[in-house]
Amino acid sequence: METDRKDGRTPNQLRPLKCSRNILHRAHGSASWSQGETKVLAAVYGPKAGTKKNEDPEKACIEVIWKPKTGQIGKAEKECEMIMKKTIQSICLLTINPNTTTSVIVQVVNDDGALLPCAINAACAALVDAGIPLKHLAVAICCCVAEEGSVVLDPTKLEEQQMRGFAYLVFPNSALSALPEGSYLVNGEPLEHGIITSVTHGVMSVDEYLKCVDRGRAACAKLSGFLRNSLQKSQFPSDTSSKAA
Amino acid sequence: MGLLDSSGDLSAEMEVDAFRRLFPLRYYERHLAESIRPDGRPLGRARDTTVALGAVSSADGSALAKIGSTVGGISLSSIEFHMPPICSPIVRPGRPAEAAVVVSKQLSDTILSSGMIDLKELALVSGKAAWMAYLDIYCLDADGALFDAALLSAVAAFSHCKHLSPFLIVPTSYTLLLSLIHVSARYSLAVQIPVVSVNDKGKIVAFTEEGDGRKLEKEAVNKEKIKLTLGSIPFSLTCALHKKYILADPTSEEESIMETLVTVVMDSSDRLVSFYKPGGPALAYTSLVTDCVALTRHRMKELEKILDEAFSGMEVD
Repeated sequence: METDRKDGRTPNQLRPLKCSRNILHRAHGSASWSQGETKVLAAVYGPKAGTKKNEDPEKACIEVIWKPKTGQIGKAEKECEMIMKKTIQSICLLTINPNTTTSVIVQVVNDDGALLPCAINAACAALVDAGIPLKHLAVAICCCVAEEGSVVLDPTKLEEQQMRGFAYLVFPNSALSALPEGSYLVNGEPLEHGIITSVTHGVMSVDEYLKCVDRGRAACAKLSGFLRNSLQKSQFPSDTSSKAA
Repeated sequence: MGLLDSSGDLSAEMEVDAFRRLFPLRYYERHLAESIRPDGRPLGRARDTTVALGAVSSADGSALAKIGSTVGGISLSSIEFHMPPICSPIVRPGRPAEAAVVVSKQLSDTILSSGMIDLKELALVSGKAAWMAYLDIYCLDADGALFDAALLSAVAAFSHCKHLSPFLIVPTSYTLLLSLIHVSARYSLAVQIPVVSVNDKGKIVAFTEEGDGRKLEKEAVNKEKIKLTLGSIPFSLTCALHKKYILADPTSEEESIMETLVTVVMDSSDRLVSFYKPGGPALAYTSLVTDCVALTRHRMKELEKILDEAFSGMEVD
């Protein structure tokens, strides 16, 4: 059952992806990530000395500042900051630089659906650009559930509002290893199948949610490949764009 | 009162309380290996929950929910979750705690997307006036699983009812968006909305009955005390994840040690309203997702029973 999408994509097709590194010269690391019309700019400063007040001084502290495109900072922005902070904390190696703070500043340039996943991808690329030690990368995707129960990936803002429900999912990126297959299994499932973060809106059945998770995983495998390729290109400002099938 | 340990580390010479403070993770892991938690609960069991309705008499609907020692009180008259300094040593007056803002937003998202309240019911005169229901939730004691207690108290307050008095009113020609016949879940007695009418200047005023045969100039816009009927009710369960253990309904100590929390919200028609996992070191695999959902279903049945008992207690009055 194919849903007709306004821009002519199939339900499994992502929008054109664009990732640039090292765009801001004062920041220790920066990246911009765009999926179709949604564009987010992320900058990383750190590690700086000292941690914030209630934080554990034996670990590095991550601070996220979310700047919306227009308007004042309200509850939605604070929630996004909290989700991003916890997601980034789970991929960073926090014990390497104890008693330091790393700030991640996210600036929304344009919001056309799937904003939080775009921001997480941008933040991840910026962290790599800054050289912060990470366990693995995080790739994020938005899956929505249409009225009749089919799953559609990477919606635009209009599609997000029309769908019955959507889920933002973040997975670890797929690992390339020299070791034979089977060495990264946890409980019989490879590491990249675990969900780092999941935020859902709207109602869906449990089966529909699990279907979203499956499709999300498959799409994230492709996103990981794209991320790896674009980060491996030269250090100088590079513009790489690709259309994921 | 030392702990016996064959590897002969510090725990052998230390008191239990000191060990709990200095090595909290190992203290918990020792318990988890025996499938039990320091307060004696098995891993999948939530704390004792009570709901008291009508806690605030001046409000149209109110409820007090208590999960373990997390207490949330609420009065209904926009959805705001307040964490005053009384609830926790880390909250200071002035800046709202980060947790308060996030729980606020999560609550409004959940209540609106679960379809428990049909916003069209709050409309008064189509296109001109509508009721605004303000939901304020105050956390009185924060001991973990704040969202669960807040959602439970919100649901209980929406379902709280007061005595209805009958009114005989001349039907008007206004088109009413409110429909009074609803198929609702068991909590059909609900918040009472007062009767109002529109005066000549177009403002909404409280309706007063003119007794002496004079023709009523102002006619009531809503015919009876309107009942806000509820759709399917959402119930939630927060679980802490640590390695391969799932701890249902964590206390604040457990929450701070095991940093990964998952909140699953399901409604009474067995649909998933929200699966909320904001990051955290532990990853959620498919088996974990299904386990958390099963625990939430189980908890939903417990909560439905508790709410039922609270209501039947109310109706006796």
